[in-house]
Amino acid sequence: MIRKMIKNIRFTPIFYIIFLMLPIYWLLTMSLKTNAEILGGFSLWPADPTLANFKTILTDASWYSGYINSTIYVVLNTIISLAVALPAAYAFSRYRFLGDKHLFFWLLSNRMAPPAVFALPFFQLYSSIGLFDTHIAVALAHTLFNVPLAVWILEGFMSGVPKEIDETAEIDGYSFPTFFTRIFMPLIGSGIGVAAFFCFMFSWVELLIARTLTSVDAKPIAAVMTRTVSASGMDWGVLAAAGILTIVPGAIVIWFVRNHIAKGFALGRV
Amino acid sequence: MQRKHNQKAWFLVLPVFLLVAFSAIIPLMTVVNYSVQDSFGNNEFYWVGAEWFVEILNSERFHSALGRQLMFSGLVLAIEVPLGIFIALSMPKKGWGASICLVLMALPLLIPWNVVGTIWQIFAREDIGLLGHTLAALGVDYNYTQDAVAAWITVVVMDVWHWTSLVVLLCYAGLSSIPDAFYQAAKIDGASRWAVFRYIQLPKMKRVLMIAVLLRFMDSFMIYTEPFVLTGGGPGNATTFLSIDLVKMAIGQFDLGPAAAFSLVYFLIVLLVSWVFYTVVTVQDAEASK
Amino acid sequence: MDFAWMGWTVFTGIFFASIALFLAAMIAWEIARPGGAPRIGVLRFETTRGDRLFVSLLGSAFIHLGWLFFGGTDLWWALGLSAFYALAVFRWV
Repeated sequence: MIRKMIKNIRFTPIFYIIFLMLPIYWLLTMSLKTNAEILGGFSLWPADPTLANFKTILTDASWYSGYINSTIYVVLNTIISLAVALPAAYAFSRYRFLGDKHLFFWLLSNRMAPPAVFALPFFQLYSSIGLFDTHIAVALAHTLFNVPLAVWILEGFMSGVPKEIDETAEIDGYSFPTFFTRIFMPLIGSGIGVAAFFCFMFSWVELLIARTLTSVDAKPIAAVMTRTVSASGMDWGVLAAAGILTIVPGAIVIWFVRNHIAKGFALGRV
Repeated sequence: MQRKHNQKAWFLVLPVFLLVAFSAIIPLMTVVNYSVQDSFGNNEFYWVGAEWFVEILNSERFHSALGRQLMFSGLVLAIEVPLGIFIALSMPKKGWGASICLVLMALPLLIPWNVVGTIWQIFAREDIGLLGHTLAALGVDYNYTQDAVAAWITVVVMDVWHWTSLVVLLCYAGLSSIPDAFYQAAKIDGASRWAVFRYIQLPKMKRVLMIAVLLRFMDSFMIYTEPFVLTGGGPGNATTFLSIDLVKMAIGQFDLGPAAAFSLVYFLIVLLVSWVFYTVVTVQDAEASK
Repeated sequence: MDFAWMGWTVFTGIFFASIALFLAAMIAWEIARPGGAPRIGVLRFETTRGDRLFVSLLGSAFIHLGWLFFGGTDLWWALGLSAFYALAVFRWV
């Protein structure tokens, strides 16, 4: 009996993946149906698949500009986060200095802070310095939780590189910037990839702060979606198509880091 | 790794320090300032002392939101952690099967949180959703917009759907660091499946499991977008968690003072629990490296 | 740049100044006696001076909240209690 159960365990991932895929499949079917078909009757797949919903999104500026805005601040955020996190992670992995332990915990505590706590002061702060409704404001605000995470992941990967490499490079006469960019960064390439993946992910999925800091010019796709739901009644087909399009960038990014993903989730320390 | 003392390392940390200080310390100071004052807009403030804290700490609204939040985080951890371990144990160890599992399982993690809400909103509706329709066809009385229990179940199932993969991937990473020799030795000794789990796999997963619990606690405790889109905090206030309540107060009603006091109490609770978890992880690390 | 939106008051100014002062004092202490005086106290894991300061501050915050929750009005008593708590932490943790 128990032996039989253990044998069947190997099917668990399949059931789990079916459970994960069903809602996504449902969203996909919805996006390929017309509204008349969605509301007219119940069917497991579209009787007459149509790309009209996707066409609506890709031709209407108020829709597609949402994707462009989101992409701009996500990319900006990833670049800023990695640029400041790389030297800091090196410092944490190689040196002891005054207050290092507490600085590290303080950084992480920002990852713990609920975004809802920061939404209102961020709104006031970025309004007062004239950055409200710009891409850079959202990118900077998202560094609050992405920089600590990037430092944490990169520190783990860097600690895995033997210190002898640094010492050899110093003896060979490399200056620190040359050593860091030419020798050290290629060594932790997969770590940088994983850190970029996480920065992309958390900036891409966040709605509350992005919505609070924008109104028109930098409005993210997530906010466009929530407002359209309430404004135009229930345009389920277009809503589903918009949802499918927000999943695509994530799926592409996963594909690129698929070989490092397991190690990345262990934060490079295992 | 033995690290050497070098105060110049501060220069490498300085950009991070300045950036995070800008985005964390200034807002936090503002929140503290607001929490002891009343405001009617136009940057005019009136000193009220600890009044807002007294009000928040004794308000039914805060207590029930905190209660719901604790129950939600507890439920989610109790389901996702064992389920995640179980799935990670049953996954193929290597090869294309493992790759496909990893890619498909990571997919929900990269869906914007409001889209997660939308997906479940559509999926669970009785008229157009697969789940809602199937349940109705089976004769189950299920309507998540009217019934508090159904709303709760939907929100918890949605979170399990969304985040269990994180636990799976972390555990999988921990498991794949176990050398094959360990399993062979266990086989020679005739160890049972349970013994292998208890004495080989669980100790190796301990660290990543702590990280998983820490991340899941933090993120479930600050959940906002998904239930906001799915249920809007309803029916009534049944799924109004701390963040939803706070945003209602801060942005919806623009009650700066009470919202700030609320924020500080909220943040302190998160800080305390996270510090305990973090300390446990680092103390374990220190003992392991001895 | 305009800082009126931050709503500073004398009281919160003093509050943050004293926290900055604590940090400055810790840095001075660390320079005078490097190493952070690690020891294993009642919590049964190694703590340094900085950890003890953090535990004191976080604990004090909860002492104040608890004081307000149980109907105390005068926060000076809570402050006094926190001071005792901090001394205890620095002595035994």
